Amino acid sequence: MHMADALISPAVGATMWTASAGLIGYCSKKLKEEANERSVPLMGVLGAFIFAAQMINFTIPATGSSGHLGGGMILAILLGPYAGFLTISSVLIIQALFFADGGLLALGCNIFNLGFFPCFIAYPFIYKKIVGKNLTKPKVIAASVISAVIGLQLGALGVVLETFASGVSELAFDTFIIIMLPVHLAIGLVEGAVTAGTVLFVLQARPEILKKPDFALIGDISIKKLIIKIACAAVFIGAILSWFASYNPDGLEWAMFKTAGTEEIDPPEKNIYSSLSDIQTKTAFLPDYGFKTKEMQETEAEENNPAWPAIDAGTSTSGIIGGTLTLLTACLIGFLLKKRKRGTVKEPDSRGVK
Amino acid sequence: MKIETGLLNIGYMDELARKNNFLCNLDPRAKLITTIIFIVSVVSFDKYKISALIPFFIYPITLISVGDLPAKYLLKKILIAAPFAVMVGIFNPIFDKQILIEIAGFNISGGWISYLSIMIRFFLTVSAALILISTTGFNSVCLALEKLKTPKPFVMQLLFLYRYIFLLVNEAMRMVRAVSLRSFGKRTLTIKIFTQLLGHLLLRCTDRANRIHLAMLCRGFNGSIKLIQNRKIGFSEILFISGWCAFFIFVKFYNISSNLGILTENFFK
Repeated sequence: MHMADALISPAVGATMWTASAGLIGYCSKKLKEEANERSVPLMGVLGAFIFAAQMINFTIPATGSSGHLGGGMILAILLGPYAGFLTISSVLIIQALFFADGGLLALGCNIFNLGFFPCFIAYPFIYKKIVGKNLTKPKVIAASVISAVIGLQLGALGVVLETFASGVSELAFDTFIIIMLPVHLAIGLVEGAVTAGTVLFVLQARPEILKKPDFALIGDISIKKLIIKIACAAVFIGAILSWFASYNPDGLEWAMFKTAGTEEIDPPEKNIYSSLSDIQTKTAFLPDYGFKTKEMQETEAEENNPAWPAIDAGTSTSGIIGGTLTLLTACLIGFLLKKRKRGTVKEPDSRGVK
Repeated sequence: MKIETGLLNIGYMDELARKNNFLCNLDPRAKLITTIIFIVSVVSFDKYKISALIPFFIYPITLISVGDLPAKYLLKKILIAAPFAVMVGIFNPIFDKQILIEIAGFNISGGWISYLSIMIRFFLTVSAALILISTTGFNSVCLALEKLKTPKPFVMQLLFLYRYIFLLVNEAMRMVRAVSLRSFGKRTLTIKIFTQLLGHLLLRCTDRANRIHLAMLCRGFNGSIKLIQNRKIGFSEILFISGWCAFFIFVKFYNISSNLGILTENFFK
């Protein structure tokens, strides 16, 4: 469920970062305004609780496979939307940093998918509506399961939309949705069952936790205003970035291919790095090998799809050779640095060792 | 078993950051900003780019060497995180079958190229994040976030969460051990037992949180954790950020690999 940096584009990443950062700011402000000071340590504990719970596996009935808790819905129920959202965000940040679960750029997407939907959609509009004022056993079960399922479905939809908008993955929108939604329906049912079980346990053992106003910082949520504000900011940033992105060299290169059909127009860096330019002019356009493959490629490409020319085609072999050489150089740099370091740092090190 | 190793891992990465070398002594803001710029520049390439991405390996490799980080350990962590990118990326070769290049008689479709590109991106971005935390430490990252105007309650939340993780994971570990000692070799828990276990854990946690909070109040806690700040943006920080940014920009606009390749080819002709 965690999205990875490798699959999103900078525009999508930045847009979702803006949305999530805006939400974090908003929730922090709300929390400062209306929470008592006790909520912050409690949020910390419950975040850690999710970690601890995730480390315990349980058997999913009838499948034999094991699962663990996602936790978004349970935090929303125990803490309310604002504190719940901040807690989920903090859990995701630690997962991104320490476990490399989802990346730093994808963090905005992940916080939005796994935090916004359970806290600001599933909790107020589904859980609260079903549970009402009196907490009863059937109501809690129904509310937990349904809200967990819907929260996860929306999150999965978010993953699909963000991946699709990024355009790195080749998955078609409808195929991806057909894969993601049923899988997350199953996960949601299990998650819902665990959430319901835990909430019921708390309801029986310590009902005041669920009823106390301290723990449920619900208040009246002006979600409509919030969503409108955040959507505006996100669209604004996304628009600027995609406008910028369309002018970046890749887009330009592509446009050049499409309009002129030539690769030979030298990119601007030739002027900037003039010292390298004579090597480039000597080498880049001369090799007949590059041209030959390009011609071959073009005849092939014409058969397939003339609108999308081969980007790396002309320089494929040189790309492989050069890439390997660069990688080797990078490793060599690392090796030399390490060796030099060992030489210089050895003495204080040996003193420091017990 | 799994829990203990997982917990050890978190502590170990923080331990790495306590070394005394150039990288660990840099202001955390410099490292945070550079990491983000690195990730954005890696991700900003076209999806069929491979050779242009290779020079970016210089960044993690250099940092691992300078920061004296255990490369094998980081590699293992990266591999553990791989499944999502591997699973979603694997659809690229299936759906994108248009032949893009031909090497030694083998036709290679665009899908395989973009898949390889995804895996390279994945490796680079994940290693950057892991390197950030294992040269900086979590407290310093939080400090950097606070200095970069992240809302105070959220930074507090991160700090509290990080402190509590060790405590509660230990608690959960004890509970699981107790259950497994009483369950005669059954491997995992059923949902019913699991939820009850979770409920108990939750109650213990909240009780503990209340006790700790009261103890903190007794000792003068006023709602914010004070972090010792003894670093500032100086010459080496500016050099670090600007040097790497210049490198990223250069690599972004000038394909070192392919030009090096062309040069070598010509040399051997």
